Amino acid sequence: MRQNNSITQETQEGPRLRKYAWDTNEEYLFKAMVAFSMRKVPNRETTEISHVLLCNVTQRVSFWFVVTDPSKTHTLPAVEIQSAIRMNRNRINNAFFLNDQTLEFLRIPSTLAPPTDPPVPIWIIIFGVIFCIVIVATMLLILSGIQQHRRKNEGPSEMEDTEDKCENTITVENGIPCDPLDMKGGHINDAFMTEDERLTPL
Amino acid sequence: MLIVEGMPLLYLELAVGQRMRQGSIGAWRTISPYLSGVGVASVVVSFFLSMYYNVINAWAFWYLFHSFQDPLPWSVCPVNGNRTGYDEECEKATSTQYFWYRKTLNISPSIQENGAVQWEPALCLILAWLLVYLCILRGTESTGKVVYFTASLPYCVLLIYLIRGLTLHGATNGLVYMFTPKMEQLANPKAWINAATQIFFSLGLGFGSLIAFASYNEPSNDCQKHAIIVSLLNSSTSIFASVVTFSIYGFKATFNYESCLNKVILLLTNSFDLEDGFLTASNLEQVKGYLASAYPSKYNEVFPQIKNCSLETELDTAVQGTGLAFIVYTEAIKNMEVSQLWSVLYFFMLLMLGIGSMLGNTAAILTPLTDSKAISSYLPKEAISGLVCFVNCAIGMVFTTEAGNYWFDIFNDYAATLSLLLIVLVETVAVCYLYGLRRFESDLRAMTGRKLSWYWKAMWAGVSPLLIVSLFVFYLSDYIMTGTLRYQAWDASEGQLVTKDYPPYALAIIGLLVASSTMCIPLVALGTFITRCLKRGDTVPGA
Repeated sequence: MRQNNSITQETQEGPRLRKYAWDTNEEYLFKAMVAFSMRKVPNRETTEISHVLLCNVTQRVSFWFVVTDPSKTHTLPAVEIQSAIRMNRNRINNAFFLNDQTLEFLRIPSTLAPPTDPPVPIWIIIFGVIFCIVIVATMLLILSGIQQHRRKNEGPSEMEDTEDKCENTITVENGIPCDPLDMKGGHINDAFMTEDERLTPL
Repeated sequence: MLIVEGMPLLYLELAVGQRMRQGSIGAWRTISPYLSGVGVASVVVSFFLSMYYNVINAWAFWYLFHSFQDPLPWSVCPVNGNRTGYDEECEKATSTQYFWYRKTLNISPSIQENGAVQWEPALCLILAWLLVYLCILRGTESTGKVVYFTASLPYCVLLIYLIRGLTLHGATNGLVYMFTPKMEQLANPKAWINAATQIFFSLGLGFGSLIAFASYNEPSNDCQKHAIIVSLLNSSTSIFASVVTFSIYGFKATFNYESCLNKVILLLTNSFDLEDGFLTASNLEQVKGYLASAYPSKYNEVFPQIKNCSLETELDTAVQGTGLAFIVYTEAIKNMEVSQLWSVLYFFMLLMLGIGSMLGNTAAILTPLTDSKAISSYLPKEAISGLVCFVNCAIGMVFTTEAGNYWFDIFNDYAATLSLLLIVLVETVAVCYLYGLRRFESDLRAMTGRKLSWYWKAMWAGVSPLLIVSLFVFYLSDYIMTGTLRYQAWDASEGQLVTKDYPPYALAIIGLLVASSTMCIPLVALGTFITRCLKRGDTVPGA
C-alpha cells in the first residue's frame, strides 16, 4: 500500500481574498522545501529535488506528494516525512508567505504556540491594587467616624458637669452658657452672680 | 403593565414611606400592628437578595480584572496537553462559554456535587462586599452621594455603547429583529406574565427599599410627581438599553452567521477541490444543488458536516440573565476592535449597576435595624452595617463553590418571585381596606397638599390587586402542572447545557426560601394577636 502525503492549500477567506498564483515554479519551490526538510533528517542527506514527486494537482491547489529514495524504487515511509516536515514547518510556511491555517498538510497536526503566561497573573495585580484602595478608604472612614463619636461624647459630658453648677443662673437668666465662664478657670459661686459681672469680659 | 401596575404601586410605596417616616417594619406596624409581618417579610426577602446578588458583582470584578490582557482570555481556547490542538471542552463549546463555565465558575456537572470553595471568585466576592460596606458605612447620607455616581455613569457608558453598537456591521439585523412584533409571541400569555414580573423587579417594589428611602424624604415632598417620573425614566432606560443590546446582538448573530457560512464554503471547497473564490455566500445554494446532482456519493459523505446557517436561528438564540451578560456580550466584545477598552467599559458599567442595586438592598435591611431602639443602642451604625456585610459575605461563599451557580439560580428564580407578589398584594389591600383609602387620601392631602386623582384610587383599590392575584395564580398553576422543577446543568463532555431535575433536598430548600418570607406575614399577625389577647387577659382580672 502506498503511503502518501496529501497537501491542501487554502487561501484566506474574507475581504483580503487573493487567489494564490500556483504555477510550475511554485511547485519547484515546494519540491525544494520538502527535499530540504528531508536532507535535515540524519540518514537522508542525499535527497534531491527530483526525488519528490507531485501528483493529482487540482485547481484548488491541492495535491499528493511522495518522496522516493535515491534508487527511486520505493517511497519513504510517511511517518518519516511527516516528522521532517513538522520540524521545518515554519520555514516552509514562510517560503510561501503562508501560515498554518492557509497551508494545511493533512495528517500533520500543527504544534500550537503555548499561551504566554506571565509569572504573576495580571488580574491579581489589579485586584491587589483595588483591594488596597478600598481597605484604606474604609479604614479612613471608620477612624473619622470614631473620632467624631469621641468628640460628641466629650462634649455632652462637659455640659453635664457645668449644668449642675449653672442651674441657678440658668433658671434666673434663661440660658447663659456656663462654658466660657468655666473654661476661664476658677470656681463660680452662683449665689453671687450678678448681671454686671457676667457681662464683663474677663 | 407599566401604567396599570408599575406606577400606582410605586406611588403607593413612596407615599407610605414618606407618611410613616420609618423603615418597612415600623411603617407597616403603624398602619396596623398585625401587619408588621409585611415589613419583616420585606426585610427577609431583601436579606436573601443581598446574599446572592453580590456574587454577580464578584463575577463582574473577575471579568473586569481579566480585561486588561491581550488577547482577551475568553477569545482564545487554551491548548491541550501535547499542544496539538485546543482543549477538548473548549472545542465542543465556544471559547466564551468555556471561560465562563470552566475558568470563572469551574462548574460541577450537577448540583449534588458540591466541590470546594474556589479561591478566585471568593476573593472577588470579599472585595465586592468591602466596596458595598464602604458605600453604606456612613448611612443614607453618604449612600445618596455614591448613588449620584453609580446611577449616572451607566448612562454615559450606554451612550458610548449605543454609538459603537449602531456603527457595527450587522447591527441593523438585530434592531430589525427587535422592532418587528412577533404576533405569535404576543398572543402567548407567558410573555405578558414576564412583562408584569419584570416591571415589578425593575422598579424594586416590595423590597422595602423604596419605603426606607422615602422615609428620609421631606414630608411635603411631592411623591406623585416623583413616582411618575421615576417609572417613566425606568422604562425609557430599559428601551434605551435594549436598543444597545440588540444592536450588539445583531452584530454577534451576523458575525456567527458569516463565519458559519465561511466554514461551509471552506468545507465544500476542500472536499470537491474547487477553485478558490468560486463559492461565495450568494451562489452557495446553487452550487450545493449542482454538487449534489453531479457528485451524489461524495456529497452524501460530506453532507452531515454541512451546517444549515441561518441568521434567524442565530438571532433566536436569545438568552437572558447572567448568560446574556457574561457569555453573549463577551462574545460580541471579543470581535470588536480594541476589545480591551470595550470590555473594561462594559464590566465597569455592570459593576456600577450592581453596586447601586446592592446599596438599595442593604438600605432596606439596615433602615429597620437602625430604626429599632433595641439594636441601635448597643452598637453604632458602622458596626451594624459591618456585621450585616460580614454575615452576607460568609453565606455568599456557598455561591463560590463548584456547584455555586446552581444554588445561585435557585435563589435567583425562587427567593424573590412569589414572596414579592404576596407582599405587594398584602400592602395594597392593607392600605386600601385595612387602613382605609379615605384616611390615606386625607393623610396625603395633609402631607403634600395634592388631591388624589380617581385614577390612583381605582388602581389601588381594584385593578392592581386583581392583576397580582392573577399573576400569583398563574405561577402556582404553572408549578403544579409541570410537576417538578428542573434546572440547566453544564455537561463538560458535551460542551452544552442539559436539563436535570432538582434533588429532594434542593426542592426542600426552595420551599424553605419561599415559606420563610411569606409565612412571616401570618405568623407575626398571629403573634401580635396572641400577645394582645394575653394583655387583655391580664388587665381584665385586675380591673
